[in-house]
Amino acid sequence: MAIKKKKMAKKVVKKKVTKKKVAKKVTKKKVAKKVTKKKVAKKVTKKKVAKKVTKKKVAKKVTKKKVVVKKGQTPAEYDKVLFKTILEVVRKTSTEMPDDVQKVILKALATEAKATTAEYAMDIIAKNIEIARTKSQPICQDTGTLIFNIYHPVGFNQGKFSKIVKKAVVKATEMGYLRQNSVDTLTGENKGMNIGLGHPVMNFHEHNKKGLDVKLILKGGGSENMSIQYSLPNVPLNAGRDLDGVRKVILDGLVKAQGKGCGPGILGICIGSDRGEGYHHAKEQFLRTMDDISPVKELAALEKDIVESANKLGIGPMGFGGKTTLLGCKICVMNRLPASYFVSISYMCWASRRQGAAVKADGSIGKWLY
Amino acid sequence: MSENIVKLDYPYKREEIRALKVGDTVLITGKMFTGRDAVHKYIHDGNPVPVDLNNQIIYHCGPVVVENSDGSYEIKAAGPTTSIREEPYEWEVMRDHGIVGVIGKGGMGAKTLAACQEYGCVYFHAIGGAAQVLAEKIKSVDNVYLKEIVGSPEAIWEMSVVEFPVVVTMDSHGNSLHDEVLKHSQEVFADLIK
Ligand code: SF4
Repeated sequence: MAIKKKKMAKKVVKKKVTKKKVAKKVTKKKVAKKVTKKKVAKKVTKKKVAKKVTKKKVAKKVTKKKVVVKKGQTPAEYDKVLFKTILEVVRKTSTEMPDDVQKVILKALATEAKATTAEYAMDIIAKNIEIARTKSQPICQDTGTLIFNIYHPVGFNQGKFSKIVKKAVVKATEMGYLRQNSVDTLTGENKGMNIGLGHPVMNFHEHNKKGLDVKLILKGGGSENMSIQYSLPNVPLNAGRDLDGVRKVILDGLVKAQGKGCGPGILGICIGSDRGEGYHHAKEQFLRTMDDISPVKELAALEKDIVESANKLGIGPMGFGGKTTLLGCKICVMNRLPASYFVSISYMCWASRRQGAAVKADGSIGKWLY
Repeated sequence: MSENIVKLDYPYKREEIRALKVGDTVLITGKMFTGRDAVHKYIHDGNPVPVDLNNQIIYHCGPVVVENSDGSYEIKAAGPTTSIREEPYEWEVMRDHGIVGVIGKGGMGAKTLAACQEYGCVYFHAIGGAAQVLAEKIKSVDNVYLKEIVGSPEAIWEMSVVEFPVVVTMDSHGNSLHDEVLKHSQEVFADLIK
């Protein structure tokens, strides 16, 4: 449904663009006529316009060739290469911790007091990450909800791409990179392939670039259960509709999540929006690297404050008590309705698995994005 | 927090369990039986338990098990699952079946804590998500029960482990690390939002 809608939207956009182009041309001509009386000047303008048009056409042709099929490669061959690429993205996401997350985990390990259960827990977590990488086996047995974010150029075939992704997910499950994790909610049946209604999640984004980027997040179930949404004002916490109120509910959410969801965790937060989109944007924050700081000054300050305050709570790894309760906090803001003020908090466990690939014209992996 | 690492070897003895305190880091060597939602419900419903659980440890875990061509089993991943779901049943298992301990994650509630005190049990917390480290500690899969009835991840898997790392978070003296940390963090929180 979502895909169809988006496609339709695209068509409409295209039409609009065409109209605009026509409109522009007309205006240009008119303007040219009015302003430039000299014949020479007119010619120059026309030539310039003509040149531009040619360039655009060439550019378009190149784009098409690059994205859809490389010279000498049949569409079927491209699909095969793309399938392998997606499979590798899934394998790498499930078995190799991104460098930036591993770095904060090692830092947390060094921060914990020696010979405490907190240090012990962080040490086992760090070792676990190493074993998973060496053996190419899942970091955690709960390989979570697969959330794909796909950034593609205009004219991209989402339906075809989705089919290849699903095939790759089934293969990754067979190969043991993913646990059989998708259950029919009504019957309880697990077909063991990780595909089904709503699985995997695929968010398509059209961008103005030629290339294709595919990003993947594995969102564990235990941590998902600890996600929480607040509606401000919140009377028991005396939290109003301002950043101080937001701070109060975030810290409250962390106190409630303690001991569960495999801390130390990472928070992805959206202030504003509606209930559904709020969580959606909150999860999107997990695409940001750990060292990324919000470009909004107030939010950057709040992100920093939440991590510092959270680590004073003494909850610690696994809730054993200790210095590291939170590894990171990423916040975004969206507009809201006058009636609503939501704070949507997505809780991610230490096993924050994310990876992405820039896909080359022939469907192979160009470079890793994390 | 305790600094000492305690070794707990099979057969497990009640005095050794009673000696354990909240915060102890324990390396378990010996037997354990997995059991999660379906098994606890099955026992609660009064069905006969196919294995003698007296002086044994139950592990809240739904392992990923591969059956080899020779009929033997191999554990691919075996991290703990959230224990609180067994809160309605665990105290009964402690009372009726004489277990000495439970391994899981996230801790358990007041009923289980009281049963630990009364019957001499402890709650061991494994490291959530550490699937690979924990799977390496499992040396063999010795038997499986109820697989046909409840399915593979929910079955009772009898396993032998070597130096399986856990932390005591609920002991047999009425102490719960979870309660302590919660209380402390709530105090800090109240201060932080003043
Ligand atoms: S919460 Fe995260 S680390 Fe814990 S079991 Fe789930 S996916 Fe694994």
